[in-house]
Amino acid sequence: MLDTFILSRIQFAANISFHILFPTITIALCWFLFYFKIRYNRSGDEVWMRAYRFWVKVFALTFALGVVSGITMSFQFGTNWPGYMETVGNIAGPLLGYEVLTAFFLEATFLGIMLFGIDRVSNRIHTFATFLVAFGTSMSAFWIIALNSWMQTPTGFEMRDGVAYPTDWLAIIFNPSMPYRLSHMLVASGLTAAFLIAGISAYRILKGDHKPAPRLALKTATIAAAILIPIQIFLGDMHGLNSLHHQPAKVAAIEAVWHTEKGAPLVLFAIPDKETQSNKFAIEIPKMASLILTHKMDGELKGLNEFPNAHPPVAPLFYGFRIMVGIGTLMLLVSWWGCWCYWRKQEIPPLLLKVFVGMTFSGWIATLAGWYVTEIGRQPWLVTGVLATADAVTKTPATNVGISLTVYLTLYVVLLFAYVRTLFLMARKSVLVDRPEEVETLQEKLISAQNAH
Amino acid sequence: MTDISQLTGQAFWLPVIFIGLMALAFFIYAILDGYDLGVGILLPNNNEQQRDTMIASIGPFWDANETWLVLGIGILLIAFPSAHSLILFHLYLPITVMLAGLILRGVAFDFRAKAPADHKELWDKIFKTGSLLATLSQGYMLGMYVMGFEQSVAAIFFAALSAICVTAGYSFIGAAWLVMKTEGELQQRAAVWARRCGWLMALGIIAVSIVNPLVSETIFTKWFGSPLFIVLLTIPVFCFLLLFIVERYLKLFPYPNDFGCWIPFASTCMIFLLSFIGLAYSFFPYVVPGQLDIWQAASAPESLMFILYGIVVVLPTIIIYTIFSYKVFWGKATQLKYY
Ligand code: HDD
Ligand code: HEM
Ligand code: HEM
Repeated sequence: MLDTFILSRIQFAANISFHILFPTITIALCWFLFYFKIRYNRSGDEVWMRAYRFWVKVFALTFALGVVSGITMSFQFGTNWPGYMETVGNIAGPLLGYEVLTAFFLEATFLGIMLFGIDRVSNRIHTFATFLVAFGTSMSAFWIIALNSWMQTPTGFEMRDGVAYPTDWLAIIFNPSMPYRLSHMLVASGLTAAFLIAGISAYRILKGDHKPAPRLALKTATIAAAILIPIQIFLGDMHGLNSLHHQPAKVAAIEAVWHTEKGAPLVLFAIPDKETQSNKFAIEIPKMASLILTHKMDGELKGLNEFPNAHPPVAPLFYGFRIMVGIGTLMLLVSWWGCWCYWRKQEIPPLLLKVFVGMTFSGWIATLAGWYVTEIGRQPWLVTGVLATADAVTKTPATNVGISLTVYLTLYVVLLFAYVRTLFLMARKSVLVDRPEEVETLQEKLISAQNAH
Repeated sequence: MTDISQLTGQAFWLPVIFIGLMALAFFIYAILDGYDLGVGILLPNNNEQQRDTMIASIGPFWDANETWLVLGIGILLIAFPSAHSLILFHLYLPITVMLAGLILRGVAFDFRAKAPADHKELWDKIFKTGSLLATLSQGYMLGMYVMGFEQSVAAIFFAALSAICVTAGYSFIGAAWLVMKTEGELQQRAAVWARRCGWLMALGIIAVSIVNPLVSETIFTKWFGSPLFIVLLTIPVFCFLLLFIVERYLKLFPYPNDFGCWIPFASTCMIFLLSFIGLAYSFFPYVVPGQLDIWQAASAPESLMFILYGIVVVLPTIIIYTIFSYKVFWGKATQLKYY
């Protein structure tokens, strides 16, 4: 039966999944914009400014979607999870509060200047505004990830009468999984933005855009991706080791280790079966999982049997993790192939351009898969060991939640469709604009002459 | 209600400070998002160029304006978690409507400029509808809140009245904003809109002021049973004085050299402030009328102190750079161009 609890879970997952699509892009895209702007300031080369102009429009659209879906998020806790705030509000409240104070206002205010202010402020202030928006989005990630990590690995608090009270704020913010989660998330954002830029730029080139800007953007994005992906794989490995230490049941589910085992094999693919507590059709590499996770061939891995009735569901974690790592591997291959092409031929062949177009939104899929692993892996807890998800849910009648869920889902489907369509439409439009560089350079010279003093 | 004489030190004053901060955030929100929601509601169906200018006048600001709502609801959550749960529980569906409205208008703003040309009009309609949904639901929620979430026909009727009144108020301040930020034909149109909305809002304020003490005994004794009655009376008197000034000013609009184009906007801000003070006086020290006072609902002092340090440093900074941003876009709204 679809009761309030299940519906609220679906609704939370739908809202945050929709929300995270946009922040993952904006967090890093803004640093790309800052980079374009700096290159332009240093070299005075128009082409960097053209890249900036195209991508700042994409940024504005993405940001708007991030903001409106984020506002929905901030009401969620009260409307659907009142028990959450009543139990851990003393800790979650201030962290969310600092996000609003130090991040949201900063980015929202300077966004106006960044988007519309270029001929009203000096070039330096405009560059600085771009920096502040980028800084704000990263700050926002810092606070929200601190909170999310605290929910995974809570420290620095004490329980009195069933309510959590903070004892050490530094321990709360820099909780054991926070550094890994934050860096993994920020790099994930970098990869998502890089593949978006590469995909859309490749699309423009395939549609016959001969201007230099998309080529430059493609090159920047390819190189950025090629640098980021090995870092991400390394961080992911560290992250996994950290989780093994603090949330062993989660890792057992990820690796589908049903029974405690020495020298456990790495399961590349299988169909985990809850009934028989075993994997069907498994393709395995002997001893590999023990080697990766304990760095010993015969290291012992705790199996799910050690956590009777208290381990997360296996299938979504098992598949989710493999989707993420699969896309990570694909990203490695594609971005290095791109770099190799640049090195050998100075140019990307059409086949690879098509691959890039196909991978435009690959970052989204990997990010969502990663988050699903993380969040579902925390179940049945909302805050590990402190608060069970089922104890936090609202008493609102199921019909109400059903109505709100329907409203949100309808909106999300329409908006997602409109967003993706508009991105490609903007790309096609920019192909048609035939070398407006010359005209605009002139205008710009006038403007910068005015601003010079 | 809490016995105040039992409270000392932090336990007493932290909740007072935080209710003040929350009121400040919601007040700034009502002014700032008030005018941009109002501009959204007023978008004319018959003139694309005017729509462009109107939207350009709020373009650089709407995002930061909406952030004050996030701050207000954030402070409610941080400082008064149990009130937060209780209020949001009772307002579940209107909040859904409001969020849907805010989502629609927020995205329409960007899509209208980037979607295929023949979709622009549709996005403008969505912008308008979204703004209207947001204001109606906010007004409805305010009404329900004032009535202590009572589930009666009278309460729903009052909430509906409040929905119309708040929408009129937002449209009024939106029109006043346009009188200040635009010129020519659009400015004159805005003056006409402002007059109409002003009348509607005046009626609304009167209705709310009469109905409110009638339906709520606490409010009645607070206002009429108080020795401060004469002082309190200045609130409605000033309200109507300001409304009268605006009405006179707009009647003779336009003036040479754009004389006093800021008068309607400034007066509206004052009217909002006075109504807000009246409302706050009616309910203090309750966060949930008749159910929870601020000391009962407050969260742990160690959490409140931790966030207070931040607020003391950051809030003035936010206000400074908000002023900076308004200075950058000072003067009449011009065509928005992305760079
Ligand atoms: C600050 C807190 C926070 C943050 C940053 C996130 N989550 Fe979360 N998540 C929760 C706080 C939370 C929660 C309030 O704790 C939920 C609600 C119900 C639940 O089970 O936990 C939850 C549940 C939840 C579920 C449902 C799991 C289940 O019920 O089995 C999914 C799929 C996600 N989240 C996905 C995400 C995604 C894609 C995120 C990326 C941004 C994300 N979460 C960030
Ligand atoms: C469950 C938790 C979350 C809540 C309650 C939440 C809340 C919000 C809110 C209210 C906004 C709009 C702020 C504004 O008005 O400018 C927003 C935007 C944003 N959020 Fe979240 N958010 C959550 C999860 C996340 C996560 C996990 C990340 C990233 C790692 C993130 C990063 C951002 C960023 C960067 C923005 C700026 C807008 C944009 O980039 O589009 N948020 N969020
Ligand atoms: C290829 C190697 C990768 C490895 C080994 C890896 C490892 C991990 C692990 C172990 C987790 C779960 C952490 C937990 O226990 O809660 C995780 C989460 C996550 N991953 Fe990955 N990952 C990889 C690639 C990627 C890629 C390419 C992306 C996106 C572009 C990505 C995005 C995420 C996100 C968003 C999360 C959730 C947030 C977090 O916990 O940091 N990962 N990753």
